[in-house]
Amino acid sequence: MNLRDAYRIRETVHSGERTARDWAEAALARIDAMDSEWGVFLSVEPETVRKRADAVDRAARGRSLPLAGVPVAIKDNICTRGLRTTCGSRMLETYVPPYNATVIDRLEDAGAVVIGKVNCDEFAMGSSTENSAFRITRNPYDPERVPGGSSGGSAVAVAAGMVPVSLGSDTGGSVRQPASFCNVLGLKPTYGRVSRYGLVAFASSLDCISPIANSPRDLALLLSVIAGRDHHDATSAPVAVPDYAAELRKPVEGMHLGVPGEFFGEGLDPEVRAVIEAGIRNMEALGCRLHEVSLPHTEYAVADYYIIAPAEASSNLARYDGVKYGYRAPEYDDLLDMYRRSRSRGFGPEVQRRIMLGTYALSSGYYDAYYGRAMKVRTLIQRDYVKAFEKVDALLGPVAPTPAFKIGEKVSDPLAMYLSDVYTVTANLAGIPSLSLPCGFTAGGLPVGMQIMANQFREGTLLRLAESYARAYPLPDPSTRLPIPGA
Amino acid sequence: MAISRSEVLKIADLAKLEFGEAELDAFTVQFQHLLDYIEKLTEVDVAAIEPTSHVAVTEDFEKHIFHEDEVRPSLPVEESLGNAPDPGEGHFRVPKVL
Repeated sequence: MNLRDAYRIRETVHSGERTARDWAEAALARIDAMDSEWGVFLSVEPETVRKRADAVDRAARGRSLPLAGVPVAIKDNICTRGLRTTCGSRMLETYVPPYNATVIDRLEDAGAVVIGKVNCDEFAMGSSTENSAFRITRNPYDPERVPGGSSGGSAVAVAAGMVPVSLGSDTGGSVRQPASFCNVLGLKPTYGRVSRYGLVAFASSLDCISPIANSPRDLALLLSVIAGRDHHDATSAPVAVPDYAAELRKPVEGMHLGVPGEFFGEGLDPEVRAVIEAGIRNMEALGCRLHEVSLPHTEYAVADYYIIAPAEASSNLARYDGVKYGYRAPEYDDLLDMYRRSRSRGFGPEVQRRIMLGTYALSSGYYDAYYGRAMKVRTLIQRDYVKAFEKVDALLGPVAPTPAFKIGEKVSDPLAMYLSDVYTVTANLAGIPSLSLPCGFTAGGLPVGMQIMANQFREGTLLRLAESYARAYPLPDPSTRLPIPGA
Repeated sequence: MAISRSEVLKIADLAKLEFGEAELDAFTVQFQHLLDYIEKLTEVDVAAIEPTSHVAVTEDFEKHIFHEDEVRPSLPVEESLGNAPDPGEGHFRVPKVL
């Protein structure tokens, strides 16, 4: 039973050919067989999954639920009622949310079956999933390499065929980059397109819950279920959700595509460049018109992001004080000491680094020079995109400067890790949607994704381009590339 | 912008984090390294630029963000205390504040 196509899975449940229970069992069996090797799941409760699948089978009778019986993996920073949610951190090692994130309710109303919670960098801070307090997740294309991060577990769950679709979160590239490293598709929606209610906050003006799948059609399916205004999230956009499935079928001939010169400068691995340039020529061959564009403030993007995101994180993570939930140190002298010990032991080094950076940038005497200035540079970054989209419908470029790097290679050099986010952070700063599309492989067999960016609320444009590309240049069947037997 | 050990200690105090001696030295070096990189932003001319603090849609926000203050169903007390490290009798117990 092939767990790579959510659309097909729901069709088999609609027709009665299969049941939700059949698919849940298939997913559980694959996880059981593969998870210890790949390090993907943090929490799976098989009996709960079975009960849920049976409930879907009862509810689905005679109805066409959009995700009937579709197994989904959820990044462990998204709250699932009654199912442990750790955010990859010792701080929340035993935390069981008393409520569902809105996206979970929407998935379940649509008939999906949440199979379990997957590994991530602690509090979504990282680009390799190495910052998880619990386990290492490995890249299925080379087990000595990282899957990317922070949504590494979400990407591998799909890439390794454990589930057809997953949810991750993308604050600076955390879904697009692992998707690129693992040969799957990842779509960061427009900020506010998908409710953040129940997503444990890292950077409130940047965080976006984002789907991962093997096809544009499945991305469209997921997005149409989770997108839309939510009164629990004041930042969720009161903008109508288009028919994404209909968008897929629209032609791309004559569309104007921009190639930002700044995304092809120094630091871009030559093999990645070659794959992306071939991808861009492929897009042109579909009848798209290419234009050179400039995003002049790209060189300031990483510095800008690494003030804003840590600043927001320092505020959001102030709630972890051992009072109402989360880790509380066993011994302390007084209240403030309880805070200090709980936080210093509950948080890992990267989280502490970012809290410190953010606290500094917001502190009295430094606020204007750092955070104040960063907010103004953000305006300029956003304006670069507004200008570019006056000329073109979408932008093409790499997702990351390199393919997947080796486990341990960057973890002791935070700045090197941060610099690898150069092509992805600007979409979060500007609030625009962006998609990572499998585009090819390096000579060593490592996947490379192409990034497609569009203006706010133009997810349809991204899906349309991805679908036309995938039809003309079939994405390689993962099983022909993966070293996993029976994948 | 050079940062001293004592400044790092001040920030740690604000952030309610504590570091051991060796940790603090290593951290100060790393921190300095990051701050040196972030200095890049001083190259940008931001003189006449308005700050952007978020990118959410705020048109007609009065209509779609505010709502009447009506009492609605909420979490029962036991569930709210479900993850409490030290639940008292229907409350969160902490060391003396005053």
